[in-house]
Amino acid sequence: MIKLKHILGGAAALLAAGAVLAAGADLGQAQKQATNWTAIVMFGIFVGITLMITKWAAAKTKTAADFYTAGGGITGFQNGLAIAGDYMSAASFLGISGLVFGSGFDGLIFSIGWLVGWPVITFLMAERLRNLGKFTFADVAGYRFDAGPIRTFAACGSLVVVAFYLIAQMVGAGQLIKLLFGLEYIYAVGLVGVIMMTYVLFGGMTATTWVQIIKAVMLLTGATFMAFAVMLQFGFSPEAMFVKAVEVHSKKDAIMGPGALINDPISAISVGMALMFGTAGLPHILMRFFTVPSAKEARKSVAWATTWIGYFYILTFIIGFGAITNLIPNPADYFVGGEIAKGLKGGGNMAAVHLAKAVGGDLFMGFISAVAFATILAVVAGLTLSGASAVSHDLYASVWRHGNVDSATELRVSKITTVCLGIFAVLLGIVFEKQNVAFMVMLAFAVACSANFPVLFMSVLWKDCTTKGAVAGGTVGLISSVALTIMSPAVWEASLGNPKGSALYPYASSAIFSMTAAFAVIWIVSLLDRSAQAAKERALFPAQLIRSETGVGSSSASGH
Amino acid sequence: MKDEDIVARIEKNPKFLKFVNTRNNYSIIMTILMMAVYFGYILLIAFNKQFLATKVATGAVMSVGIPMGIGVLVFTIVLTAIYVRRANTEFDAMKDEIVKEASK
Repeated sequence: MIKLKHILGGAAALLAAGAVLAAGADLGQAQKQATNWTAIVMFGIFVGITLMITKWAAAKTKTAADFYTAGGGITGFQNGLAIAGDYMSAASFLGISGLVFGSGFDGLIFSIGWLVGWPVITFLMAERLRNLGKFTFADVAGYRFDAGPIRTFAACGSLVVVAFYLIAQMVGAGQLIKLLFGLEYIYAVGLVGVIMMTYVLFGGMTATTWVQIIKAVMLLTGATFMAFAVMLQFGFSPEAMFVKAVEVHSKKDAIMGPGALINDPISAISVGMALMFGTAGLPHILMRFFTVPSAKEARKSVAWATTWIGYFYILTFIIGFGAITNLIPNPADYFVGGEIAKGLKGGGNMAAVHLAKAVGGDLFMGFISAVAFATILAVVAGLTLSGASAVSHDLYASVWRHGNVDSATELRVSKITTVCLGIFAVLLGIVFEKQNVAFMVMLAFAVACSANFPVLFMSVLWKDCTTKGAVAGGTVGLISSVALTIMSPAVWEASLGNPKGSALYPYASSAIFSMTAAFAVIWIVSLLDRSAQAAKERALFPAQLIRSETGVGSSSASGH
Repeated sequence: MKDEDIVARIEKNPKFLKFVNTRNNYSIIMTILMMAVYFGYILLIAFNKQFLATKVATGAVMSVGIPMGIGVLVFTIVLTAIYVRRANTEFDAMKDEIVKEASK
């Protein structure tokens, strides 16, 4: 859902009158489809298998380290798949292929944006995270800082990102279940809440990791099959595919070039910054780097993740064009009332699902629907776990109890938090059912790049950075990113219903201002900070540098 | 030997500073490369849509924007792989040597 919501949100802001997305119906208005038993049974099988894995994982989850990081025993390759499973959402699959189906080339622009954050994590963050951190990214930012303020800030930054992301996921799950399974919204919200809580509560990070790995493998396999089937129809000639697509598509040759997606360069750069640096500030992604045993494996995992995610986006592009060439010539089967002008049955986001039927029959369509829904479970499980660790490890164990707490108590607090977050997510899903939550993921990325990323980056790489500077700058980034996003057209006009043109902040993302402000405030406040505490923190920098660069003294996440 | 002693010795080793500078410069160059390619691509879209819609060859349907876009995706993957390969071999060997010297 994440990306779909983002696409709709970003598109609402970027497009003039939404012309480009004319073919892509808003999932917020999803119509309930006929009950799809094949998909429901396939999804049931997925849940059955993952629950068995959870049972196996539960036997291995005894300490807080097992719960947060699977005992640090995940390999780089496995972690790469799990990261891909954590990141590739139902929406990047259905949304991007739907966008390609509707407007061709513009879909490609979106998928690129969602990939470019990964090299930044690789070059700047991955191994430093692994060397400095233990369970949460606050361990990294707080390595030489005053634990109270920095961890409180980091936990807030994490929880805000997790909450926005969760809302988008839960509402997305509810809309998807209507589309894919033909069931009621409320079933999805309850189902996702209960299954996700079971994974996290009993199986902790081990179960979450394997759910993400299985989901990634299923999604990549299904998408590969579809793209392969499409390319086979054209003798593996992209040109032949494009010729046919241009011939049948109502926009003709316009699908080969950029449409109205990017017009205003400030918005383009701002959205680009949010995507590029926001990825490096997502707590559920950062947390995955603590599950591997060494910096070397951390680097390998991000290289694999980038490869799988990039490969997946290339597939969605082919799938979108495959939908054009397969569905449009058969309007009676796939379009409302058999008329192309009325759009695809279930909306533009159903392009990939209809294509699954076209190339693989009902059984394969059931499989793809089940995979698309299962995808949400993997993402919410990761989110909940990172939210729970922010509360139990940062707020409870480190800030409130000053680290004087045994593993069993910390684990118990984690589990209680997991239940609370699960209930919270279900309630949010219900509350936001009728709301337009298209902006939520963009908001999560804006906060991640304006609050979490600058604090992490400066605390690790700049020797003069102090607690006061980091907390002040991070807070400015957090508040300004939320405020500017609310004042932007996607929220102010599209969600809050104010008249067009009334938005106080005209651009699609806050990042260009809020991220810059965060860095500037961290820099100025740190420079002005002449306290004894600041001197102590600066003196600790060489030791932090040695550990972050060499791994000497880094906590062996391995509990074995 | 305790970690603190190793840390103290590494701090005094001029090789460590050289190692950190070499690797950080490399990271920064790679980051700038990635930013240049990505922001270059989206700014090209913002300012010159015509160019991206140009056909790859006369009579062809595919526009130059498509191989370029796929190219950015592939570039991202390859750039990451190049960095990880060098970091996992050359840089890790430098690091291991420094840590070994300090642990003696």
